[in-house]
Order: sequence, then C-alpha cells, then structure tokens
Amino acid sequence: MEKAVADIHKGSSGTVAKKFGFTVKSGRAIDIDAADMSVADEVMARVPSWSLCIGCGGCTATCTAGAFADYNFRRLHLMVRRGEVTGLRGRLSACMLCGKCVLQCPRGVNTRGVIAALMELLPRD
Amino acid sequence: MAAKRVIVIGGGVAGMQAAVALKKQGVTPMLIERDITLGGKLCRWDRLFPSGTRAGEVVSPLVEAISETGIRTVLCGEVSEIVGDDSRVEVMLTDGSSYEAEAAIIATGFDLFDASLKEEYGYGIYPNVVTSVDLEEMFRSGAVVRADGSEPRSVAILHCVGSRDRQAGCGHCSRVCCITGVKQAIELKQLYPGCNVYNFYMDMRMFGSGYEELYKEAQERYRVNFIRGRISECSGTMDSRVLVKAEDTLAGRPLRLTVDMTVLLVGKQAPASNAKFASELGICVSSDGFFKGADCFDGATLTSRRNIFVAGTATGPKNVGESMNEAVAAAIKAAEYVKGLA
Repeated sequence: MEKAVADIHKGSSGTVAKKFGFTVKSGRAIDIDAADMSVADEVMARVPSWSLCIGCGGCTATCTAGAFADYNFRRLHLMVRRGEVTGLRGRLSACMLCGKCVLQCPRGVNTRGVIAALMELLPRD
Repeated sequence: MAAKRVIVIGGGVAGMQAAVALKKQGVTPMLIERDITLGGKLCRWDRLFPSGTRAGEVVSPLVEAISETGIRTVLCGEVSEIVGDDSRVEVMLTDGSSYEAEAAIIATGFDLFDASLKEEYGYGIYPNVVTSVDLEEMFRSGAVVRADGSEPRSVAILHCVGSRDRQAGCGHCSRVCCITGVKQAIELKQLYPGCNVYNFYMDMRMFGSGYEELYKEAQERYRVNFIRGRISECSGTMDSRVLVKAEDTLAGRPLRLTVDMTVLLVGKQAPASNAKFASELGICVSSDGFFKGADCFDGATLTSRRNIFVAGTATGPKNVGESMNEAVAAAIKAAEYVKGLA
C-alpha cells in the first residue's frame, strides 16, 4: 500500500527527492465506502442476534482466552462489522469456544455462533 | 348527587400526589397502601438527585396533606383483586374487605431487581457486594462501612444490574440508575475524599435537567473514575475485598480491579401483579410488564378502560418529579371523567 513520495515525484516531474524520506501511507480511517461487507453480511444472516451488540465489553471481560492472549472479541467482531476482515483469522484461533461470552451477554447475542461463523468465513491470513 | 369517588391504589409519592390533587378538584379520593406507612420506596431513600434534597422533604408534606385534608387511607391493604365494569370499580383486599368507586388510579409503582439473581456478581455471597438501596440505607444511618465496620478506600459502582439485560429478563432501561450512580459516587467522595470510586457503565444516560452537570461535577470536582465497560463478574478475595473484571472498552483491553466494596445499581422491574390486574380489568401492559397508557402523549395516564387511570412508575421507570407530575395529570383526567358522569 505504501508508495515512496520519491516515486511519485519522479513520475510527475522527473525529480528525485529520495532524501525527504516521506511516504504515502494508507489512511488510518475506517473506510466504509471501500469496505468489504460480504463477511459481515453473511455472519449477520446466520446469527441475527449479532445486530444487538452495544459494545459493553462483557464478552471480552469474561473471556478466558482474552485474559492471556492478544484476543479481544468485542474489537474483533466490530472490525468485521466495519468491513475490515484481514488479519483477524489468526487471532480468532485463541478462542476455545467455551461460551462464557454467550452466558454473559446482556443483549442476548449468540457470540459463540458469531465466532463459529467467523471461523468459517474469515479469509485466510 | 352523591360525591364522586376515586380509589387510588398505592401510597407512594405518585399515589399520595394523585389523592391530594383529586381532593383539590372536589372529588373524594381514597388511598390504599399495602405497607404500614405511606411513602413507598422513598421511605428507604436518603437524598435525591440531582439536588441532594432529602427524600423526607418530599414525602412528609404529602403525608401531612393527606391527613390534613382527611383523605381516607387504608394501610396494610394488600389488593387481591380489582373488578368492575365501565361504570364502577371494586377493589378487594386480601383481608376480605372491599371498596367501591366510580374510578380508580393505579399507582402501584415498581419492584426492585433482586441482585442475587445475577449470581456472577456475588450479592448475598460476598459481604462487601451491596446494592444501591443498601448503600442508600447506609447513607441514611450515617455509617457507610464495609461488613467488618471499616471505611472503604475504594468502591466500584456497577451500572445496569437488572436493566438492559436480557439474561436477567429485563431488557428495558431503568433510567434513573445512571444518575443515582453519579449521585452516590459523589456522596462517597464527600464522605471519604480519599476513597477511589470507579463507575462501570455501558452508556451514561443523563436525560434530566441538571444530570449532565452532576456528571461533569463528579468528574471535575470529585475525580470519580468512569470506565466504559460492563463488569462480567465479582469474586471475593482472601482478605474479604472484591475483585471485579470488566473490559475497558475504550482502551480495548480486559481490566481487573480489587476494591473494598462493590455497589450494584439495581433496576426497576414491573411487579408481577401488573399482569394479573391488567387481565382482570382488560387493560394492557407493555412488553416490559409496566402498565401501558392509551398513548405516549396526552393519553399516557389513560387506559383502554375509561374509569381506570395509571400514574407514576406503574407505567415505567421514572424519577420522583416525573412520577409526581404524572400523578397530577392522572388526577385531572380522573376528575374530569367522574365529574362528567350523570
């Protein structure tokens, strides 16, 4: 995604500005316009209760895996809902499917169902 | 023409206010209260948000007005059944007595959520896990202490216990717990300035006049810590403290905290009797179990029965001021109705 500014300059004006060291980074903003919602749409179709999440973090607070691994289910599934699905599959492997998150959820989201669907639908890293 | 009578069921602030308002309009009210005193839930409360007014300052003038105007009051009157038709209402009590009137105002209030149902929070198991009502009684008695009598140096306050929680069978928002949590956090800091207070919330719903200002004061002046995340469980520690686990959702990381005391902000639930009375009378309850008004606007105190009116928290969670104003509205509607009878 990154492209040296020098290359851009070279292309446009023929000058080389190698020493500036500036790069063009892809934006940090969540870009809903460019997002791939196919995974989110399919998970939503399979687990309609997913729509009820209010982001309280109860699932993550009770998560045994999350206490020890870099695994935050609230953040992970939020990224899917925002269309950012790359690099998530590996993290999801920390989940042991114990289901404590389902018992905890105040909104009645079938969180384990969401995880099961994601395990199938998330692209390989 | 005989004096028109309206029975008010429930002697909390809404019921008392409705009875007094009916009397002022020339109708003969009668008040039925199941407890041995008037005042309802407010009798157990210390100070009220957002002004810090003593609950007694609201209850006492109403009790005095009831006695001064000679409003007939039945105490220890547990209603067993309400029957009647479009022209009369008969209220029967468990002691066998019954009372008849042209109309009735139902102001039966709410039940508190039983915090022990959320077993993961350990209420009734760990002595230093208390409810907002327990804390209020501590404020009233002047001794805000842990089970062993020591002063708490750190307190976690958990919002939404029995509110917005489908697992507990209460999907609705109880509305007043957020501001109660802010109020109690401030009161704890006033009592023990060195105490660290942490409020764990899902959303801060500061809907009323002066609420947002109180929230800001809690942050700015009292340095109360607000952490956005729902506590998933409380565990007792070897030294009788309470370990709470939550996610700090803004940081995106699980969080652990050991405190001297945990306060559960218990929600408002519809009493089971609502459904029973509603079916006897042929009126409606909402999906949350509270009585349903004819509409959300001018008809909020009306029901599908022209001689049955509803007021206060019987129709849903409310603050004290809202309950009292709704009671006046119900009294006006009820008085209009009975005066219009031939």
